[in-house]
Amino acid sequence: MLRLLNIELHKLKYNKSAKAISIVYFSLILFISLIVSIEFNFGGVKFRVADQGIFNFPFIWHFNSWVAAWLKIFFAVVIVSIVANEYSYRTLKQNLIDGLSKKEFLTSKFLTVLLFSAVSTIFLFVVSMILGLIFSDYKEIGIIFSDMQYILAYFLKLVCFFSFCMFLGIWVKRSAFALGFLGLWQVVEGIIAMIFQWIRVKTDVNLFETVYNFLPLNAMSDLLVEPFTRFGAVQSAANQLGESFDKDYDLSPLNVVIVLCWTALFIYWSYAILKKRDL
Amino acid sequence: MQPILTINNLTKRFGPITAVKDLSFTIEKGNVYGILGPNGSGKSTTLGIVLNVVNRTSGDFSWFDGTETTHDALKRVGAIIERPNFYPYMTAVQNLELVCKIKGVDNSKVNETLEVVGLLERKDSKFRTFSLGMKQRLAIASALLNEPEILILDEPTNGLDPQGIHQIRQIIKKIASQGTTILLASHLLDEVEKVCSHVVILRKGESLYTGSVDGMQASHGFMTLESKDNGALQRELEAMNAFTSIKQEGDRLVAYLNKPMDAGALNEHLFSKGIALSHLEKRKESLEELFLEITQNN
Repeated sequence: MLRLLNIELHKLKYNKSAKAISIVYFSLILFISLIVSIEFNFGGVKFRVADQGIFNFPFIWHFNSWVAAWLKIFFAVVIVSIVANEYSYRTLKQNLIDGLSKKEFLTSKFLTVLLFSAVSTIFLFVVSMILGLIFSDYKEIGIIFSDMQYILAYFLKLVCFFSFCMFLGIWVKRSAFALGFLGLWQVVEGIIAMIFQWIRVKTDVNLFETVYNFLPLNAMSDLLVEPFTRFGAVQSAANQLGESFDKDYDLSPLNVVIVLCWTALFIYWSYAILKKRDL
Repeated sequence: MQPILTINNLTKRFGPITAVKDLSFTIEKGNVYGILGPNGSGKSTTLGIVLNVVNRTSGDFSWFDGTETTHDALKRVGAIIERPNFYPYMTAVQNLELVCKIKGVDNSKVNETLEVVGLLERKDSKFRTFSLGMKQRLAIASALLNEPEILILDEPTNGLDPQGIHQIRQIIKKIASQGTTILLASHLLDEVEKVCSHVVILRKGESLYTGSVDGMQASHGFMTLESKDNGALQRELEAMNAFTSIKQEGDRLVAYLNKPMDAGALNEHLFSKGIALSHLEKRKESLEELFLEITQNN
């Protein structure tokens, strides 16, 4: 295991673009944290985003996970390119000739996915903890460590998403096309959602629960429900308008199972393609 | 003899095309093998199968004594196929260190192998800055890192300039002289002839001949002769009953021997019959001539 990870890290260590994107990714998280911590002064009215309660424990775990999850697209580029490059440099062939098995090759890539996801998760945890300790109104240990499910959801979401990217890289063999397909798939799921909405309006058949929730990107996005409508200020504003948000913000076990199944499928399909394909 | 690679009834189909057809041969330790065949005869496919990058349709192969998995056995093999493939953003040394990690050997031989292929002074240059000849030499260096028991080279001089071809050939000769088993695939016959002791001849995926280069040259060679009176010379040669055929080629006669004969003895005999030769040369058929003969006859 360690040998495989070591091989993959060797490939990454000298890869300037992969390193640059990773640095941008982590800097962006820091940068966003910095912006919200700055006190703006609008003509005498002092305003600081961080003071609006978004960094209160335990809400911060949900909020930060959801925001940071958007940045995963940066790492997606890295994952897709480190996989697709093995085809375009023809180094996959050379790796196999040098004595790496196809299974080991895939394992080394998936270990990288796990490592990236784990590092991001730890980074998110540390940044959120610091922001929370500075700005949160509640600092009791019990409250700080409640609702940690969102951190787990974040990790699972990254693992599944990066596995999807890995599969696309292996399947499509070209970075640009693989990323294009990823975008296309997002559109496809959007179109499916529109069709299902139309069916629901016309026939009263609700396919969202039965089919739509099982689509990969939707399942990943359902892991972390948007946190804004949960935010106290938004809710009270909505109440005044006579609206109320009836949403379940918790991590649903079914959703976790769906996402884990997709992750397993992406790995299995990647292996099946690798095994079947002549190089 | 200790087998290094045994191939039994190997077949590979790409859709309707049969690239390798029921191929069997054994590579034994210590010999230098050439796989000969025109382009598209299945050389690279065969090597791809035994190197774990192409899936076989049927048949089987085993490395060494057949007890290890293919990918473990490949750690004891050095191979270069077709084009040198490395990470362009890494330097020569970084690429070789990666190969060491994959093969599970330490980095101690990196500088040594770079020295063997003459790339030591360029060791910290990025792979993408290398010329084709340098890339090919780096590939050989990478194949030597694990002190392989067999070195597989597929068209190692393809696309190189004469100087590059010469360098690669020198390296191969040097490695062969150290007793490493070598399997060299090529369509360039003189390349194979210069270094190989055994050949496998392929055409359209089928093996036409497997054995030693000497065994291929079953005939006793031929003489090329010239004198002032070629008519008298031809009559005299025919009277000797030592030749299967005698042909006129330009100003010279080419006579194929049917028994061993020394050029000196022939010269002496002809002189005693009053024929003075202005040209006499004894030669064996070149691999090229044999190869054309075999591929045409089958």
